[in-house]
Formats: sequence, C-alpha cells, structure tokens
Amino acid sequence: MARALINVPAKAKRGEIVTIKTLISHVMESGFRHTSTGIRIPRDIIDNFVCTFNGEEIFRATLYPAIAANPFITFNTVATASGTFTFQWTGDNQFFQTETASIVVE
Amino acid sequence: MSETKKLIVANRRQVLAAAGAIAGGVSLPAIATQPARAQVQANPAQLAIAIRKVVGSAEVKVGKVKLDAPPLSENGNSVTMTVTVDSPMTPTNYVKAIHVFSEKNPQPNIISVKLGPRAGQPTIQTRIRLADSQDVVAIAELSDGTFWQDTGNVIITLGACLEDLLDGARTD
Repeated sequence: MARALINVPAKAKRGEIVTIKTLISHVMESGFRHTSTGIRIPRDIIDNFVCTFNGEEIFRATLYPAIAANPFITFNTVATASGTFTFQWTGDNQFFQTETASIVVE
Repeated sequence: MSETKKLIVANRRQVLAAAGAIAGGVSLPAIATQPARAQVQANPAQLAIAIRKVVGSAEVKVGKVKLDAPPLSENGNSVTMTVTVDSPMTPTNYVKAIHVFSEKNPQPNIISVKLGPRAGQPTIQTRIRLADSQDVVAIAELSDGTFWQDTGNVIITLGACLEDLLDGARTD
C-alpha cells in the first residue's frame, strides 16, 4: 500500500471553491532509463487518477511518464453538499489504491 | 574529493557552462554534454503529432490559458507547473479538458485532465519531469469546442533521465 496524502478542507460554505491536493508515493519509473549495465528499466507508473464526489466523477487525469515521482495533483471543485470524496489511482503492475476524504458543507 | 564527486561536479560545470552559452545567445550544437548512453531524443515533430491527436483538425488559438512554470529549474526531475484557464465555468461555458505537452521529452504527453463545470476554477498543479531545456505547451479544450494554448520555456540545468549516468559514474 503506497502512502497517500490528501488535503481537503474539513468545512466549506455552500458554493465555495475548494482546492484539493493529493500526493501518493510512487516511483513513476519512466521506462526510458537504463541501469549502469545498459539494461532498460521497465515502465512502472500510475497512469490514471480519478476523483469522485458522492459517486459522481468530478476530476480525471491521465498521467504519462513525464509526471515526477510521487505524483502530486492539485485541482478545484465547488462545495455543493456534505459528502465524501473518493480518490482512485491505477497504474502499471496492477497498481490500485483508493482513499477517501469527507467534507462538511454549511 | 572522491572520484565520483569529481565526476558529478565536472558534469554540473559543463551543464552550467552550456546554460550560460544559451543565455549568451550562442547556439549550442544539440547539447554536446549529453552522453550517447542516455537515449533521450528530442522530438519536436512528435509534439505536433501528439497535439493533432488531441485537437483533431481544430485550430489552436493563443490565449485564455496561462501556464505557470519556473523559467529556470536546477533539476528536471521535479518541476512544479500550474495551468490556469480563464473561464466562467458555467454549465454552458466551461473547460472540458487540459492537456500538457513537452517538446523534447522522450514522449510528448505529460498529463491530460478532464474537468467539468463543477470544478469552479479551472486550475491544476502538478510536478513534471523535463529531460532538457524546452518549451512546455498547455492546451485547454472548452465546452464550445475551441482550443486555446500557452507555451512556457523552462531551462533545465540537470535534466531528468540523466541520473542513470550518475549511477553509472558511481559504479565505474
């Protein structure tokens, strides 16, 4: 299980734009590097990130090897109601991880 | 100073000298310091192909998008980049997607994100890898089917994909 850090404000006013920051530990091996003996290191990246709010998809990113190790992604959403954000990362070698964060909207 | 350290320092000097040459307006013959081992090929032509794949036959206009990347970065392994699009984000007028491309990485795509009107403010931030000093292109697709772009140039003093060379130096 990779370590993931998620920053979602605990509380927000209705209609307010909130910023969500996500970070997950992953090598993001590009597949373009070689060892000192000249052997190519196979690609191992997270290639998909999806954020849903109460089941509705609000953000989706396709990542390529040009994303730095430990992918850090920041995006915004409008706080419409209290609920749960679900974050899902998928990648090479059956990488799959889900995290959740909740928000209270007043 | 150990042999390894000397090597690294020497590399850094060469790279800095190269950066200085660029700043001085001297055209540099295709990054002479780049070793043959690091098979990183510049691909400005692939950039155009990758952009075409995304935008189709649509015209890409300049404006509305703002790509914020540092003009000079010491290390290409992690360059913080922000893309902001000027859009009211209403249900009828919003940003559908943001795509970021690189000019000289081994693969032109960097990231593609899908947004909707409920994003509120179309801004994304992430950390990217750059193999070399190059242009980074951000393209936004709006709900009315138009595409807008912004280009930013980042000078890298130590590119991503070069660390395997340093690893090699350590074992030699």
